[in-house]
Amino acid sequence: MRIALRLLPGLWLALLVAAPLILVGVMALSWQAVGIPPYEPPWRGQGINPDNLRLLLEDPHYRASLIQSLTTAAATAALCLLLAAPMGVAIARAGRLRNALLAAVLLPFWTGFLIRLGAWIGLLRDEGWINAALRALGLTEAPIPLLYTQGALLVGMVHAYLPFAVLPVFAAATRLDPVLEQAAADLGATPGRAFLTVTLPQLFPALAAAFLLVFIPAAGEYVIPELLGPPEATLVGRVVFQEFFQNRDWPVAAALAVALLALLLGPILLFQRLGRAGP
Amino acid sequence: MTPGWVRAALWAGLAFLWLPVLLLVTYAFSASPIPFRWGGFSLRWFAALAANDRLLEAAWLSLRIAAGAATLAVPLGGAVGWVLARHGPFAGRAVLGALAGAPLVLPEVVTGLSLLLLFVALESATGWPAGRGAGTVLLAHATLGAAYVAVIVQSRLAAGEQELEEAAWDLGASPAAAFATVTLPLMAPSLAAGWLLAFTLSLDDVVLASFTSGPSGTTLPVALFSMLRLGMTPEVNALAALLLAGAAAILALAGLLLRKRD
Repeated sequence: MRIALRLLPGLWLALLVAAPLILVGVMALSWQAVGIPPYEPPWRGQGINPDNLRLLLEDPHYRASLIQSLTTAAATAALCLLLAAPMGVAIARAGRLRNALLAAVLLPFWTGFLIRLGAWIGLLRDEGWINAALRALGLTEAPIPLLYTQGALLVGMVHAYLPFAVLPVFAAATRLDPVLEQAAADLGATPGRAFLTVTLPQLFPALAAAFLLVFIPAAGEYVIPELLGPPEATLVGRVVFQEFFQNRDWPVAAALAVALLALLLGPILLFQRLGRAGP
Repeated sequence: MTPGWVRAALWAGLAFLWLPVLLLVTYAFSASPIPFRWGGFSLRWFAALAANDRLLEAAWLSLRIAAGAATLAVPLGGAVGWVLARHGPFAGRAVLGALAGAPLVLPEVVTGLSLLLLFVALESATGWPAGRGAGTVLLAHATLGAAYVAVIVQSRLAAGEQELEEAAWDLGASPAAAFATVTLPLMAPSLAAGWLLAFTLSLDDVVLASFTSGPSGTTLPVALFSMLRLGMTPEVNALAALLLAGAAAILALAGLLLRKRD
């Protein structure tokens, strides 16, 4: 009975998690072909195809896409931290308001990801709220293009991922010992200085976890760049969709997925290590 | 003690999170969709939404997929979480833990692509699944949901006391009876929270559904995504108002469940 309880979910995970990932690896070494499905696996005569992975290194388009994904994810994570660090601490110290504030951070997160992106489209488009306000104030006559820009992409990413970053900071901040900050104050530190030199350093593992918790999914993001970003924001998630659905080049799409995984492996392992070190 | 700017940052962050959504919801009730021009209270966008058959069909499909996926995810993820927390060391434990955790950290595009490749390979090898649709989306969402349920259950059980089960055994309960009368009630709140989480994850997912659904499996997020690509319509505002109300209800329910636990 105990063995069966291990085996059954184990089989499910083997079939729906492990096997699919192996298939992605195989696909990255396969050949594009005309047909349904549009590929030839290595064992059907042609052998292993090394070109897909080599293409990623040599073709500037794919290389740029991978680099852009990492820089966008890093910028998103850094901006999220800038807000999440003070937010998490302030919520942890809010006393009776704590649960209500935490719910206020999480509730927009539960309204639906696409709805919130829709809200940003409504704010940023040419006939949207921000342009209407700017025109009403006489600051501009022609609408300023805000939607489909790098800025819109970052705003949308930060909005989507901010709650992820607040949670670990909040959890760590609730366990801080207030005595240390009091000691800093007794020794003459202003509250701002005590926060920066005493509170934040104690939160470092949580801040690192928060950064990675945003960085890892943001690096593969597809929907936000597609809806808010400029056409030239060809993040890897977008290129995977393009190669897979439009160019029907499954092997190259799989090779991109492999490359993304390889780039994220370090951050993922680091994140899991931080998780184990924590509570 | 907390510096003023830290508190100011909290309110700024909350405003940043809330204002776009609140604007959207408020204008769901305005007859005019133009910014700053309140056209009077109106439910016309809700009526338009109710007449949009494509969207309603997608919403109904999404609800069924989400309920099915969450219901499948709970026993699977619950079993994994329980095994990881209570079975001690056994051969394959590390592999099981890594596989259960993988969907949580893998980028969605990788998970989506990998599941599609699995379904394609299975179809050419066994004839099942014949094409892709609601069923394959459900399996994909159940897999993702199970990973979340496993984490929640595992941390709940790891924080709790094995002594309770040991006491039950000492008092003569069979392992099955101890599981049913001690462990399961201990797990129940995390199973319920996990079901809700798996349900909302499924209702919110675009990427996995895009990969694993065929033409017959257009879920609400996928339909919304293609609407938003073409620009906003005020019907989306009305939908946002409804979803926000739904999310508030679910969060209140989850809060009640968690409060019971404490």
